Amino acid sequence: MSDTAVVANTGLAKFIFGRLTLESFPYHEPILVATFAMVALGGIVLLAALTYFKLWGYLWKEWFTSVDHKKIGIMYMVLGIVMLLRGFADAIMMRAQQAMAFNGSDGFLPAHHYDQVFTAHGVIMIFFVAMPLVTGLMNYIVPLQIGARDVSFPFLNNFSFWMTTGGAILVMMSLFVGEFAKTGWLAYPPLSNLGYSPDVGVDYYIWALQVAGVGTTLSGINLIATIVKMRAPGMTMMKMPIFTWTSLCTNVLIVASFPILTAVLALLSLDRYVGTNFFTNDLGGNPMMYVNLIWIWGHPEVYILILPLFGVFSEVTSTFSGKKLFGYTSMVYATLVITILSYLVWLHHFFTMGSGASVNSFFGITTMIISIPTGAKIFNWLFTMYRGRIRFELPMMWTIAFMLTFVIGGMTGVLLAVPPADFVLHNSLFLIAHFHNVIIGGVVFGIFAAINFWFPKAFGFKLDQFWGKVSFWGWVLGFYFAFMPLYVLGLMGVTRRLRTFDDPSLQIWFVIAAFGAVLIAIGIGAFLVQIAVSIWNREKLRDTTGDPWNGRTLEWATSSPPPDYNFAFTPVIHDNDSWWDMKRRGYTRPLEGFRPIHMPKNTGTGVILSILATAMGFALIWYMWWLAALSFVAIVGVAIFHTFNYNRDFHIPLEDVIRTEGERTKLLAVQAAS
Amino acid sequence: MNVPTQTINGTEVPVFYVVDEHDHPAGSSTMLGFWLYLMSDCLIFAMLFATFGVLGGSYAAGPGPKDLFDLKLVALNTAMLLFSSITYGFAMLEMMKGRVKSTQMWLGITGLFGLAFLCIELYEFHHMIHEGAGPWRSAFLSSFFTLVGTHGLHVTFGIIWLVTLMVQVARFGLIEANQRRLMCLSMFWHFLDVVWIGVFTFVYLLGVLR
Repeated sequence: MSDTAVVANTGLAKFIFGRLTLESFPYHEPILVATFAMVALGGIVLLAALTYFKLWGYLWKEWFTSVDHKKIGIMYMVLGIVMLLRGFADAIMMRAQQAMAFNGSDGFLPAHHYDQVFTAHGVIMIFFVAMPLVTGLMNYIVPLQIGARDVSFPFLNNFSFWMTTGGAILVMMSLFVGEFAKTGWLAYPPLSNLGYSPDVGVDYYIWALQVAGVGTTLSGINLIATIVKMRAPGMTMMKMPIFTWTSLCTNVLIVASFPILTAVLALLSLDRYVGTNFFTNDLGGNPMMYVNLIWIWGHPEVYILILPLFGVFSEVTSTFSGKKLFGYTSMVYATLVITILSYLVWLHHFFTMGSGASVNSFFGITTMIISIPTGAKIFNWLFTMYRGRIRFELPMMWTIAFMLTFVIGGMTGVLLAVPPADFVLHNSLFLIAHFHNVIIGGVVFGIFAAINFWFPKAFGFKLDQFWGKVSFWGWVLGFYFAFMPLYVLGLMGVTRRLRTFDDPSLQIWFVIAAFGAVLIAIGIGAFLVQIAVSIWNREKLRDTTGDPWNGRTLEWATSSPPPDYNFAFTPVIHDNDSWWDMKRRGYTRPLEGFRPIHMPKNTGTGVILSILATAMGFALIWYMWWLAALSFVAIVGVAIFHTFNYNRDFHIPLEDVIRTEGERTKLLAVQAAS
Repeated sequence: MNVPTQTINGTEVPVFYVVDEHDHPAGSSTMLGFWLYLMSDCLIFAMLFATFGVLGGSYAAGPGPKDLFDLKLVALNTAMLLFSSITYGFAMLEMMKGRVKSTQMWLGITGLFGLAFLCIELYEFHHMIHEGAGPWRSAFLSSFFTLVGTHGLHVTFGIIWLVTLMVQVARFGLIEANQRRLMCLSMFWHFLDVVWIGVFTFVYLLGVLR
């Protein structure tokens, strides 16, 4: 807390609580106290409701300890949406602050608070919104698309999810216990070194990302192994659905880049905790090492986010145009080229480092080259739509909005890839507008396309159209209102992360941007209403076929929601768009000959390990060494104990399979009769 | 690929699902998964090597490799680790033959070599810190301690894992699951050996030449 006197613990209190004192709780900041009161109230109501309706046992048994990839996928999505609300709260605070802070006004956020807000916004949106949403989507869809019953390592999957959640909990804690980093979302040293950031903020940043990073890396390994090893017979690589292809590339990128983030954050923490000199200004340290290393992770990361959504858009375009995807092979190769090139462009994030004309030219050119495979994809989608029988359902609307918006973002990206232009635009609001243009226009629109597309698969009923359209227009118009002014401001030279402004002529642009943020708020609100209304009207929106959109890939071959075992019989694949092929060539659903199905057992170890890891992170942040050591030993102990359990699977009894399949037969018969 | 078909009512229909299905063998993806993990770990080392490559000459007017490294000691240490890889190989050969006792013996010897390696490394670290050449002295020493120390931490976890597996083999025998686990640890152990050869070459030998 920069504006209060530091009261340090001494003696026993110091041993027990480290540097956590009463002053660490921001009770003197009215905004935070009000937020805390609201969160606490909401939390108490939620916990009370769970207790009153006796849902704890159900949640624990059916969800928290579940190793079912579908449930884990849904939990990831819920985490992402909850964190979206937090990340957006930060966004709208920034927009309000910047719209107000003119003509001598200081706005409503003090500097140290504002700096935390923009840092938290970036960290949360990337790590705890986009990543869980993308991972959740891949978790849910990929095993279904390849005709598998689960992922390769179901326990690891559960553990990964809880580690991601642990990281999110640490970030949320920083709101009410201590503070978050004031460094910007990548915590560049020397600012993030102990000398300039002595408080707990950067430590919260480090440990939240480390805990979540373990989960991300492991889930990457898990999904690669799943896609390589568990495909249904006949599904050769070039017969995989395109979403599975993009997921494979994404997970390759995860495994090949997140270890770098882990290592570079470890070095930063050594600088902060041990006093090493990796990124210091003196004793031989080199802060630009950090910037290079973190972007060697950071650039692949943006493709980790967008590639799966390219897959979503491909599936949606082809389904709602009623046509095979145009240029499947070129789509696969474009994805692979993007995967490889994403490692050869990291330096374009800091052309101003001073690496010289040759190095900058190399990275500028590689960056521009990436637009070629991406452009090829856009043309593939357009040609898929060409002469298609297009149905303008919600997923298709999001896809079209994406195509229009993303192309603008892509073009400003190519502008920024030109080093001389970048020297002018570097760190300006033009850059902010560019990356929001591609992330909102690409990732967020893609997520909404995917949610509207696959929600009926996951829950057995479609989402409400009207509120979906409200949400769509709120987001799309909101995006243009919020970010087009930032392009203008950026071209006029306004830099990012400013809290107050001197030039009153700029204010109107910020006010327009704030209006855009309000429209986006409507978009988010309408999305929540859409979910609620759809649950309310679920009987009317019910889909009994399992194939509400006349789909093309395997996930539509099974019931909605799919049974625990996904497929009673493992499908055999003859063509890509295999479900389409099956429908076309007279596939009949088998009604007998079922067998007991071999499945993994649930376990609570993932939850326990993640609680311990979160406790260890918290202890390290506050220098409670005893707790850190204790939880570390406990983590190793619990992990070893878990390996002594050899009995990890069971068979779903034959009668359960027969009953489940029988119910589906009845539903299909009713459907056929009506 | 030839398309499997069946005949229903006189017409050829492709087969769309596996009728006669068997359980997936447990752990069928474990080896691939573990390889992927090793490669991600390899990237961490790659990044630490790169950092050492950049900062390895930044002595900050402090001691350099020539002042600090005792190549004889490092040679001895390297020998310990290389021997431990050979003995792990012997343990695996015994495992293939299904001999529990000699497997355990070779695993034990491997652990002891690993322990000897760690003790020598800790002695070296202690000595350097005692001489005022701790990781906080210069960027060179920061990157040296981090690279070599990360390797040492891996060996430590390898030993904990080894002991755990020895207990499990003692209790449950050389069952399939245990064989698979021993195979994973084997890959891990040899991987650490390969990394160490990189450390020995680039940090110690080239460091002294620098």
